[in-house]
Amino acid sequence: MATQSKTANIKTADSQTTTIALRRPGQDSTRNAIILGIGLLIALAAPYVLYPVFVMKVLCFALFACAFNLLIGFAGLLSFGHAAFFGGAAYITAHSAKVWGLGPEVSILLGMGFSALLGLAFGALAIRRQGIYFAMITLALSQMVFFMALQLKFTGGEDGIQAVPRGHLFGVIDLNNSLSMYYFVLAVFLVGFAVVWRAVHSPFGQVLKAIRENEPRAVSLGYRTERYKLLAFVLSASLAGLAGGTKALVFQLASLTDVTWQMSGEVVLMTLLGGMGTLLGPVVGAAIVVTLESYLAATSMPVPVVIGAIFVVCVLVFRRGIVGELQARFGRR
Amino acid sequence: MFDLLGVPPQVLFGQLLLGLINGSFYALLSLGLAVIFGMLNVINFAHGALYMIGAFVAWLLLTKLGLGYWWALGLSPLIVGLLGVALEKTMLSRLYKLDHLYGLLLTFGLALIMEGAFRHFYGVSGQPYPIPDALKGGQNLGFMFLPNYRGWVVVASLIVCFGTWFAIERTRLGAYLRAATENPVLVQAFGINVPVMITATYGFGVALAGLAGVLAAPIYQVSPLMGTNLIIVVFAVVVIGGMGSILGAIVTGLGLGLLEGLTKVFYPEASNIVVFVVMAIVLLIKPAGLFGRER
Repeated sequence: MATQSKTANIKTADSQTTTIALRRPGQDSTRNAIILGIGLLIALAAPYVLYPVFVMKVLCFALFACAFNLLIGFAGLLSFGHAAFFGGAAYITAHSAKVWGLGPEVSILLGMGFSALLGLAFGALAIRRQGIYFAMITLALSQMVFFMALQLKFTGGEDGIQAVPRGHLFGVIDLNNSLSMYYFVLAVFLVGFAVVWRAVHSPFGQVLKAIRENEPRAVSLGYRTERYKLLAFVLSASLAGLAGGTKALVFQLASLTDVTWQMSGEVVLMTLLGGMGTLLGPVVGAAIVVTLESYLAATSMPVPVVIGAIFVVCVLVFRRGIVGELQARFGRR
Repeated sequence: MFDLLGVPPQVLFGQLLLGLINGSFYALLSLGLAVIFGMLNVINFAHGALYMIGAFVAWLLLTKLGLGYWWALGLSPLIVGLLGVALEKTMLSRLYKLDHLYGLLLTFGLALIMEGAFRHFYGVSGQPYPIPDALKGGQNLGFMFLPNYRGWVVVASLIVCFGTWFAIERTRLGAYLRAATENPVLVQAFGINVPVMITATYGFGVALAGLAGVLAAPIYQVSPLMGTNLIIVVFAVVVIGGMGSILGAIVTGLGLGLLEGLTKVFYPEASNIVVFVVMAIVLLIKPAGLFGRER
């Protein structure tokens, strides 16, 4: 009897959540559309106002941060090794474009495929432990990738792979033109962002959130949480690879910087600063961090100290991040 | 001369000694991490940076104040420990009620600050630190030459490790500590000041890192980057050993150092990644770690 009433209670609670969840998109859709529309306009106009390579860098890192956020924000998994997917894909893309002479779209897809496989391997290992161990395992595994990139022949060691040709998109559009390149990068970003949006707003995304909130309960409801976590990990790794491969073509360079633990930390910071678990947060965070870094590069201020200080401040007093804070203020979840 | 497995014994034992020394540092650092984690549930990312600061304090004491190695051996861990106490009191203690991941993120930020600051002022090149006079020279053991200082490092870290183990597993204070790890509320109800104990634990764990830094100073050069690369390997060591037991942390640290040394002899290319490969294998076979228990 007691169990029955409990089940009933849970059911009511669930159905309430569902009603709320169903009502929300309706209320928010106009506002979302407006925000997205403005964002899109800014993105379309940006290369005429700002230095295109800079905006492309922002977009690549924004996609990278969105991919990372899919794990931490929606599945509650803190990966401290996402640089392995970002930088790994950059190497594969650069190698395919330069040595094998493949087109940009194929090169990027190859890089992304590599990251997906790497993500499958790392994810399968890392999801065997939870919480803090998950972070340490991903960090250690990505450090392994760093050492391999340092020692393998094709990565060029300290020099990296330089002078990567951007090539012609689908054999037609010349990407050496910085505007064409820009709109290509924007398209890549939008596709990646749409994938994240779709994943978060799907039943799959709901299960991820359930795992984040209470994994034992998700298990007791009959979900095989390992599979969901692994799928989220692979998806996140692939998107990080998409960002990394694109970045390799933008800068025509794949280097060790992209696979260091500092890079993994940077993407954590972007997401934290922008707002974990919000869709736009990582984009905002990436834009701020990239801008800040290019500004600091011109001064004599030590970049890691500033980055570290922002980290500390965010963790201590600003855990919701910018977008999270705005949403909390304007009463939106 | 006789050969072992096709390798001259000098080379083999030389690398094994190097591995044993690396292993001593792994043991000291993972021990500190384990003690801190047990009490605070925080993975101290700043551990490597504090190890670096330990070495730098020794170097600064020598070059600025003329205080030698033996002074540094006492003062440096003390200073690093006090720094740790200050960090815990002002920052870490605010995060205990939150997800443990925030502790990791905070200490990561702190590590970036410390390392960035030292890099800003002292550059990336290492500063040499002389071996103290009393430990110069070495012993010829017949099959290999053992520099006195290296022998001292292994012995000293073993003493500290087992001293810590004894203090935690066999003394009254250690019993309080273990009890507070299991159930802080109940221990506090018995009239023990748990917050002070937590602060002291963090200070102690961090002081171990400072001590390791002083021990390392004459062997490796004193450089701002000496900590971080080490700490990631130590994380892997901790995952392999599991956080459950103090003794486990010590044994795993030493064992993996030796394994790394052996790899350097037989397949040098893999020596950087062998610990990570072992970690992957252990995760496949025994996810909780060799000495760990699932929490």
